[in-house]
Amino acid sequence: MADNSTRPGFATGGSDSAFRVTVNNTGSAVVVLPSGEIDLNASPVLRQELKRVQTARPERLIVDLSGVPYMDSSGVATLVEAMQIARKNSTRLVLCGMQDKVRSIFEIARLDTVFTIAPDSQAAMTV
Amino acid sequence: MGDNVRNPGSCASAVDPPQIRLQLMSNPLYLSGARELVSAVAKRLGFADEACGKIALAVDEALCNVIRHGYGRDPNRPIWVSIWPVHECGCGGPDVHPGALKIVIEDEARQVDPSVIRSRDLEEIRPGGLGVHIIRAVMDEVKYEKRDNVGMRLTMIKRRREEADNDQAEGDRKESEGG
Repeated sequence: MADNSTRPGFATGGSDSAFRVTVNNTGSAVVVLPSGEIDLNASPVLRQELKRVQTARPERLIVDLSGVPYMDSSGVATLVEAMQIARKNSTRLVLCGMQDKVRSIFEIARLDTVFTIAPDSQAAMTV
Repeated sequence: MGDNVRNPGSCASAVDPPQIRLQLMSNPLYLSGARELVSAVAKRLGFADEACGKIALAVDEALCNVIRHGYGRDPNRPIWVSIWPVHECGCGGPDVHPGALKIVIEDEARQVDPSVIRSRDLEEIRPGGLGVHIIRAVMDEVKYEKRDNVGMRLTMIKRRREEADNDQAEGDRKESEGG
């Protein structure tokens, strides 16, 4: 049964609205779609949601970042933690849909080669 | 008119007060506002979009470090962000296109030896510890120091890359005229 849920986080301020995380369960893959800027205010919401979906030990976990225009090191740390849990659980973690500004922080932190990164969610299903 | 009033575009003394001084409390809720302010000011001073994004990122990381490490996540402690445009002659002033932007972040957190403020080894893949590395990677000059009585001061300078930033400014001007 599909588990499609949206969990609002705290408002991050800025020009638009609250940070939100949507989870789509599609067979063996779980797709997590954060929406909004991921900073120290929003990253605990994403962290909590990633931890929740990882308790089910999915075969594939896709974090679709196409709705994330900005991420700081707290967001990166959240994804590094998710990667460590995924490795322990033998879950294939794939990041996709990175906007240039977000990709840039992964490059600065030299983590762009550590994560599996796909251009979009469709490619993330097979990579 | 008072002695301190200058013509727009003239140079100001190096001891002038900042053009912008923002006080915020150490609550992560306000990070986005600080980022938007700094980015918008940098853009207005002629920095290219990419540089504006990096300046905002550096300020975000610096504020996060104060919130997490300086204040231990207490959300009700003060942080000050001061901004000066820096002219070629090395002073700050209300110039449209200064050579650089100086940003100073001050707090009242416990003082630490500036020499121990450093990034973790990037080869070690673990959550956290990237803030200082990111700040040093995106800004041209970074200096941590103890304030006179209490707290720390971080001074960051970002220089304009003439070609890229002027191209962007020219593009923005044309877009504005066209609209």
